[in-house]
Amino acid sequence: MIIHVDQPVVEVHDLTVTYERRPVLWDIDFTLPGGILAGIIGPNGAGKTTLIKAAMDLVVPGSGFVRLFGKSLKEVRSKVSYVPQRRTVDWDFPASVYDVILMGTYPSLGLFRYPRKAEKELALDALRKVELEDFKNRQISQLSGGQQQRVFLARALTQNADLFFMDEPFAGVDAATEKTIIKVLQELTSHGKTVVVVHHDLQSVAKYFDWTIMIHSRLIASGPTSQVFTPELVEKTYGGKLDLLTEVAHLLQTEKLPPRED
Amino acid sequence: MDAFFVILTGSLVAVTCGILGIFLMLRRMVMIGDAISHSVLPGIVIAFLISGSRDGLAMLIAAVITGLLTTFIIQFIHEKGKLQADASIGVTFTWLFAIGIILISVFADYVDLDQECVLYGEIAYVPIDLWILPSGIIMGPRSVYMLGTVLLIVVITILFFFKEFYMVTFDQDFAVSTGLSVTLWHYILMALISLTTVASFESVGAILVVAFLVAPPASAYLLSDDFKTIIILTVFIGIIVAISGYFLAVYINSSISGSMTVMAGIIFAIAWLLAFRRRNFQKSLKIIKF
Ligand SMILES: Nc1ncnc2c1ncn2[C@@H]1O[C@H](COP(=O)(O)OP(=O)(O)OP(=O)(O)O)[C@@H](O)[C@H]1O
Ligand SMILES: [Mg+2]
Repeated sequence: MIIHVDQPVVEVHDLTVTYERRPVLWDIDFTLPGGILAGIIGPNGAGKTTLIKAAMDLVVPGSGFVRLFGKSLKEVRSKVSYVPQRRTVDWDFPASVYDVILMGTYPSLGLFRYPRKAEKELALDALRKVELEDFKNRQISQLSGGQQQRVFLARALTQNADLFFMDEPFAGVDAATEKTIIKVLQELTSHGKTVVVVHHDLQSVAKYFDWTIMIHSRLIASGPTSQVFTPELVEKTYGGKLDLLTEVAHLLQTEKLPPRED
Repeated sequence: MDAFFVILTGSLVAVTCGILGIFLMLRRMVMIGDAISHSVLPGIVIAFLISGSRDGLAMLIAAVITGLLTTFIIQFIHEKGKLQADASIGVTFTWLFAIGIILISVFADYVDLDQECVLYGEIAYVPIDLWILPSGIIMGPRSVYMLGTVLLIVVITILFFFKEFYMVTFDQDFAVSTGLSVTLWHYILMALISLTTVASFESVGAILVVAFLVAPPASAYLLSDDFKTIIILTVFIGIIVAISGYFLAVYINSSISGSMTVMAGIIFAIAWLLAFRRRNFQKSLKIIKF
């Protein structure tokens, strides 16, 4: 079930991504309205990370495109923020919590300019929102996983974006931290901002997300959570592995996919 | 006075290499610095054949071109050839260095260079190799000017673009998502390393360049968790290495470059022990794996 909207903030059109000729995302096509908190769910290796990387031009799609606010990413980059998976960086890097958060203001500064009072205020404000005031000067190597996650979130907040893509912001955090993070995200959407989050915990999907996108290499569903988060579609997203494999094999035979050159 | 100029030359190389080495180390790319310091040799020889001299712009330009070419070939073999990064680096720089050596022997009659000098340098000759103006005024050792210029270029570039280097080094995906080109900054860093190598090769040689790229930043990293402190410590340690290396060489009557390299190793060992005592155990272990 795929529910499209008019005037989408995010438009993914016929997106296909292949890694070394192996299709990882196949014909993904959906639209998202503005001002919502959207969750992307799917099993490990379903292509969730790849999907938001494609939206941020971090991977080159085989075909299709992503439009944000009706434009290409290049035209609206300053309005879009990306929060990578926590484990993609070296947390032994010599930086303090405040250093990393301040980094979120760098893009708006451009060349040769360094953070001034306004930028520093912004960073301190973000620090408060994620409840890390006491950790301002702490080295990032001495943070817990949940604290690292909040540092990344705070860095995104200082970017002053209107659209956020976050890769598993709830991974490895305890209940209290999860509450803090969801509060921040809900505050963003209450100000009309759009937040797209890769999520793993099926228990909390209905509680957190206005909109749910289910993928398993293909798009299974996209729509208001109340309509698409059904047992059948969840089953199809997580259980249909065998079906999918036979389908891909079938496609290979009919040469819709480029033949392998070994 | 001679001692002063030798130490000054060593310090200039140490500081320049150290600053660049910090970024290499944090991006786990120290081996690329090693590769470039060797692979610029054919560029140096060709520039020599064309311009007929060891100094000047031709040499610097040739080094930057060869350095960038090296980076490009390494990247190409790694990505398109699907070879591991360290293997691509190994293949590329040994091959280019070998070409340089062959060029030297083929054109031995025209080129006043030898591979010994490229590897080990002749820092003891620094005070003799003077820059003399056409009017006859003696300006002082040539390498001091050359290295001073390169240090200035490096410091200015890093200062002006600190934000960009910082972002690209810490979080590549985030940097790209904000519109920065990781590739561009990577190539700029490599160009700076090429410049440093060619400016230093006569005086200190490629081996000491590698030692200065690695040891002071690694020592500083063990002693501090703050980026600015690490930069200051790196500069400080580099200068200590140059001074103590010189006096060690005088004392045991041995090679100056060799002694400086030994001192770099000793200071690293001390830093490692200090970090170990500070219970910075994990970092101490991690750095061995670099
Ligand atoms: N750089 C890469 N090169 C080759 N294959 C890749 C690369 N990155 C991801 N893949 C493959 O693409 C598929 C999708 O990966 P992706 O990281 O998008 O999944 P995911 O849904 O985010 O999984 P997880 O829940 O484990 O984070 C996986 O099968 C993975 O092995
Ligand atoms: Mg993922």
